Amino acid sequence: MSRFSGWRGDVLVALIAFSLVAALSLGVGSHALIDFIIRLGIFGLLALSLNLLIGTAGLVSFGHAAFFGSGAYAFGLLMQSGGWSVPAAVLAALTGSALLALVIGVLCVRLSEIYFAFLTLAFQMLIHSMVISWVSLTGGDQGLMGGIPKPPFLGVELARPAHLALFSAFCLALSAVLLRQVIRSPFGVALRMLRDNPQRAAFLGLSVFRYRLGAFVIAGTFAGLAGVLMALYVSGAFPTFLYWTTSGEALFMIMLGGIGTFLGPILGAAVFLFLSDRISGFTEHHGLFFGAILLLLVLGLRKGMLDWAVDAWRARGKGRGV
Amino acid sequence: MDLGELVSCVGSLSCLVTQVSAGLTIGLLLFLVASGLTLIFGVLGLVNFAHGTLYMLGAYFALSAYAATGSFLVSTLAGTLGVATFGLLIERTLFRRIYGADVLMQLLVCYALILIMDDVVKIIWGGDFLKMDMPDTFRRPPFIIGGGIVPLFYLVLFGVTLAVALLLALCMGRTRFGRTVRAAAVNSTMVASLGVNTNMVFAAVFAIGAALAGLAGALSAPIRSVVPGAGVSILIESFIVTVIGGMGSIGGALVAALLIGLTRSFGSIGFPLFTEGLMFLMMAVVLLLKPSGLAGKHPA
Repeated sequence: MSRFSGWRGDVLVALIAFSLVAALSLGVGSHALIDFIIRLGIFGLLALSLNLLIGTAGLVSFGHAAFFGSGAYAFGLLMQSGGWSVPAAVLAALTGSALLALVIGVLCVRLSEIYFAFLTLAFQMLIHSMVISWVSLTGGDQGLMGGIPKPPFLGVELARPAHLALFSAFCLALSAVLLRQVIRSPFGVALRMLRDNPQRAAFLGLSVFRYRLGAFVIAGTFAGLAGVLMALYVSGAFPTFLYWTTSGEALFMIMLGGIGTFLGPILGAAVFLFLSDRISGFTEHHGLFFGAILLLLVLGLRKGMLDWAVDAWRARGKGRGV
Repeated sequence: MDLGELVSCVGSLSCLVTQVSAGLTIGLLLFLVASGLTLIFGVLGLVNFAHGTLYMLGAYFALSAYAATGSFLVSTLAGTLGVATFGLLIERTLFRRIYGADVLMQLLVCYALILIMDDVVKIIWGGDFLKMDMPDTFRRPPFIIGGGIVPLFYLVLFGVTLAVALLLALCMGRTRFGRTVRAAAVNSTMVASLGVNTNMVFAAVFAIGAALAGLAGALSAPIRSVVPGAGVSILIESFIVTVIGGMGSIGGALVAALLIGLTRSFGSIGFPLFTEGLMFLMMAVVLLLKPSGLAGKHPA
């Protein structure tokens, strides 16, 4: 057990999951399945990165989509400008998102919970309105049109859906392993202490500001990667990516899956995408249904599905006197 | 950016009057919404992310009432009282359960409410931009003051808003109810142990906050169009107002709302593309220099 309990175990789990997904998407190869895997990679990553802030650091951000959008727009613009390879553009887009997170983070992480939630929302809307009004660069309302070129690299042809699905799953698996290490590291432990007892952490000499800012930048960077995948998926970038509803959806996914369990957000993203596809089948009133489900979850269950399952499992163990 | 035009506007009395009256109109409407937001936060400790939705509902209620009766008075009352009733309803069924819960809970309940109400509004009133006709009573040539244009309706709006602000200040500062509310904001357990039904106090405060948002929506209906989802932009503006003025302070909200209103109306001449950015810039400066806001006591 000890040999596989640390990062080796995480890598093993990630490899197994990735191989399964790869076998599924190459073996079955149905259009719907490949589509689902791509989107799961995108939104799983978005939800997972947001949960570093909410679940681990206790920072309730309502503006996480700002970095999702910045990743998508930066990547799209670089690829359209020509002369960039995909890996170089991905790295540049992630750096851009990290810098944006640094700037917004410096202003936001000092504040108390309520102000933090509101201010992240407000900055996201500022960036949204800037993207809408800077038509010459971003295409305004219409978004980045004309498609994004996807030159092959290392034998990966992202223009082919199956390759994009594998790439998306790979990014999610790799990011999950990395984020898990962040949470396990002394840095992650400190974040949890800041969440539960910031005063004590400050007395112990931890810089609340720096740790929170670090978490904000890391989460923003991974959200940027999700945005890059989204730009590849739809071959463009659109203002809705950084509208507040996208942040709301990410929050919804986390709540659905559970904030206390590492894989909860990914499960939440999967369930959200599944529900979203089903609901689109019979009504255009998404909000009505999702809102009702969310209210039931928040006021009824009061936790996400995976959290609930884990707690029920533990309670069962205790009942038997284990 | 067009600084030259801004300078020439400030230099001419007519342009100055026009822009100031437009700015005060925006600011006073914003004040109504923000004062409800800050009141609910100050007393209940609840950040009502769905407050903009209440504003939107006020506008829709007013639209329908005006279409049915043709009376501006009825439409304003319908917006105000209708939203107050709706506020009471959601306070009793939803928000009552999450007082004292963490921000995530509050945020999620409000988010769910926004999702649901945006769709309900879309089903009832449709997804297009709607605007109320200007009531005949106010359809007169505007006043010309110093060469500047001031529509009659703006003056009505100033009067109503200032009267409401005064009433609110008197109610909170001078009446028994106001004293109870202020005491419950500090220590609701103590107030309850003295025999006051604090549940009712909380419900009343929420209803008053909702009524203020509904009134703002109803008053805005003849001059601004409304559309499902319109709540969020007004929510963000009124949040900026509460941050600049100080969470929990109604006087601070008034000053900040007027400041933001004037910034918007003059900014639209000087830097049309950066007007929103300017509001955020002001907020960022206040947060960095005086995090509790101009008149706030709660640290941010």
